[in-house]
Amino acid sequence: MDLLSNLAMGFGVASSLANLAFCLIGVLLGTLIGVLPGIGATATIAMLLPITFQLEPVSSLIMLAGIYYGAQYGGSTTAILINMPGESSSAVTAIDGYQMARQGRAGTALAVAALGSFFAGSVATFLVAIFAPPLTAIALQFGAAEYFSLMVMGLVMSVALAHGSVLKALAMVVLGLLLGMVGTDVYTGAPRFTMGMTQFADGLNFVAVAVGVFGIAEILRNLEDEHDRQVMTKNITRLFPSREEFRQMIGPVLRGTGVGSVLGILPGGGAILAAFASYTVEKKLSKHPEEFGKGALAGVAGPESANNAGAQTSFIPLLTLGIPANPVMALMIGAMIIQGIVPGPNVVSEQPQLFWGIIASMWIGNLMLVVLNLPLIGLWVKLLTVPYFVLFPIIMAMCSIGVYSVNSNPYDLFAVAFFGLLGYVMSKLRCEPAPLLLGFVLGPLLEENLRRAMILSRGDPTTFVTRPISAGLLVLSLAILVLVFLPQIRKRRDEVFTESDA
Amino acid sequence: MTLSKLMAGLFAATILTAPAFAQGYPERQITMVVPFSAGGPTDTVARLVAERMSADLGQQIVVQNVGGAGGTLGAGQVAKAEPDGYTVLLHHIGMATSATLYRNLAYDTLNAFEYVGLVTEVPMVVTARADFEPADFPAFVDYVKANADSLTLANAGIGAASHLCGMLLMQALEAPLVTVPYKGTGPAMTDLLGGQVDIMCDQTTNTTQQIKAGTIKAYAVTTPERLPLFPDLPTAAESGFEAMQFGIWHGIYTPKGTAPEVNQRLSQSLQKALADEGVAKAMADLGTAPSSAQDATPEALKAKLEAEIARWKPVIEAAGVYAD
Repeated sequence: MDLLSNLAMGFGVASSLANLAFCLIGVLLGTLIGVLPGIGATATIAMLLPITFQLEPVSSLIMLAGIYYGAQYGGSTTAILINMPGESSSAVTAIDGYQMARQGRAGTALAVAALGSFFAGSVATFLVAIFAPPLTAIALQFGAAEYFSLMVMGLVMSVALAHGSVLKALAMVVLGLLLGMVGTDVYTGAPRFTMGMTQFADGLNFVAVAVGVFGIAEILRNLEDEHDRQVMTKNITRLFPSREEFRQMIGPVLRGTGVGSVLGILPGGGAILAAFASYTVEKKLSKHPEEFGKGALAGVAGPESANNAGAQTSFIPLLTLGIPANPVMALMIGAMIIQGIVPGPNVVSEQPQLFWGIIASMWIGNLMLVVLNLPLIGLWVKLLTVPYFVLFPIIMAMCSIGVYSVNSNPYDLFAVAFFGLLGYVMSKLRCEPAPLLLGFVLGPLLEENLRRAMILSRGDPTTFVTRPISAGLLVLSLAILVLVFLPQIRKRRDEVFTESDA
Repeated sequence: MTLSKLMAGLFAATILTAPAFAQGYPERQITMVVPFSAGGPTDTVARLVAERMSADLGQQIVVQNVGGAGGTLGAGQVAKAEPDGYTVLLHHIGMATSATLYRNLAYDTLNAFEYVGLVTEVPMVVTARADFEPADFPAFVDYVKANADSLTLANAGIGAASHLCGMLLMQALEAPLVTVPYKGTGPAMTDLLGGQVDIMCDQTTNTTQQIKAGTIKAYAVTTPERLPLFPDLPTAAESGFEAMQFGIWHGIYTPKGTAPEVNQRLSQSLQKALADEGVAKAMADLGTAPSSAQDATPEALKAKLEAEIARWKPVIEAAGVYAD
């Protein structure tokens, strides 16, 4: 019973008064910065790093981890309330969450997101505890060919994100792919589409694009027509989900947790697919796929769970290999090194107190988040009643500060303005921003891994079908493609039936 | 430049920067620009010394990460900053290599900065996947030469330490391996751990823990002498590869025109930080060591930068790889 004694030790470490306090500070700060649009966990952790040097290593890492998953939590709040996602995962939440808010169901959406996240976070924490080493071994089987096939699957799924015209969704995915090409070519070093500006040498900033096409575009739309917002605040009937809504969210939450846990383990960008994948699964399984994009509960519950599960399991590569899955984790490694702990494959055996303490604190932190956030829902919803002429300049200012804080690059602000306008034009043309963002995120990964796989196989394209995991993923993509287009064929038949019924 | 012009220039510089080095420097917070993302090896080095230097200077040194374009964006920002001693740059060997890798830099590397001193020189280790056949470095050399066209060499992107070391390795062994670039050390190391690529040459900061855990195999170090950390690892020079001697040296710079007094003050503070036991221990854990007090001086850094620009120019031009 190694696991139980290890977990007991972990909880012993994490539930010391000081560590509980640092966990609370972490999740509070995380929620706060998550709620402020644009200000990400990376900037906050970078700023706080010097403070953590004075703390015990365990305490400082518990606090930094708390900021990380607290921000994931807070990020969905802005996505739901003001259509302002700060990360790729909450971009999916914005699709249906914001629609729910517009129907006066903001409270329900927030509660569903909070509860789903808590459940997913708890389950994923135990997965980390039990399966971390074997899961790492599987993750290492993923080479360039496997990642390419995984990204193909992600792109196929992106079509399902659209709730309008499939053609327009495809166009948006392609536009996203093209935007993703801006920056330095990894293999030759040649700058592409940077218009000669070195500030774009590392590509467009994701936060700038997301804040622009979602948030700024939404502000422009609202300024055009104030009427919508009155509906949004006047129709609030309930803050918490009804029993029927609870029943509806069970399936999506369970499936989201599964999808998120699996994808979160892959260090090469698996976690960003989690929310998108869950959305696709829910839309396909739903009896009412037409509700998606118009405020479907499952469209919030599934992706939110997947996103949080992925956030927890993405600690696995960090803790077992010492390799960070994202910039936030890179910072945590920096914090560890300065504390005199060099992360690597031996951290689990050399620093058991640290390893199990962090894992236990994740669960405690998730519990704190749900306890903190449920009572706050009323407050957040009240925020919507703030007059728009006060709210929107604040949002704009916050966004600008947040986007600038990511890289201290003024060109990112020009990008926000440009993508805000683009988003507004897109909404006029009834094109949706979510597929664009997915294309933008997946495009560079797709290209990088395609070219790397081809280099590794000496230009032999059969590498994608002769490697079993890659082949499996491609078959799955094909199956999804069929599933996506099958209903279109079936719909014609259904239309005939409904007409005869009526 | 005639002597009188030089004198006039110096005079002007003295007047312009006079308030900056008024007795009390530093009077406020100092920004240390790190031209790479937070959490990376350079950032870690910067934060280690910044913390101790703050204690000595009595003012907080705040690390600001201005990543992008191989470090040239951050360096460019410091080149344009006020030369008042409140903006400093911590950059590594890339300061010298980007002078050749980038053909349209926004600044003139040798004329845009003043010098504070060297910080550390991180050794490189030639490593391979855990199940790579050769048993020692001589066997490695023979094996790589014999199988050059079927082996892969990973690097963390153009201009990265692993890219520079890879170029040296291929030129020394006369073995044109298949180069596989990655976006950063993390993904490259993941693929080396997973056995997706064969060889990588990288800094001890990134490789030490993996080597100790046996998840990758180490063959040689690029230092003049063996490392205390790995007494059993031979140097490349022991096998006759003298050209494969290099490390990722880090230095602190200020914008051109910063008063010599300010640079001296910073240099003193740097020397104190590097003499600190905690810093030495943290660096030892990463497989490196603080630069000596003689190296942590403006003169030593200036000489290093000039020598390294001259050294890498032909290597990069022979490889024909540019980052623009």
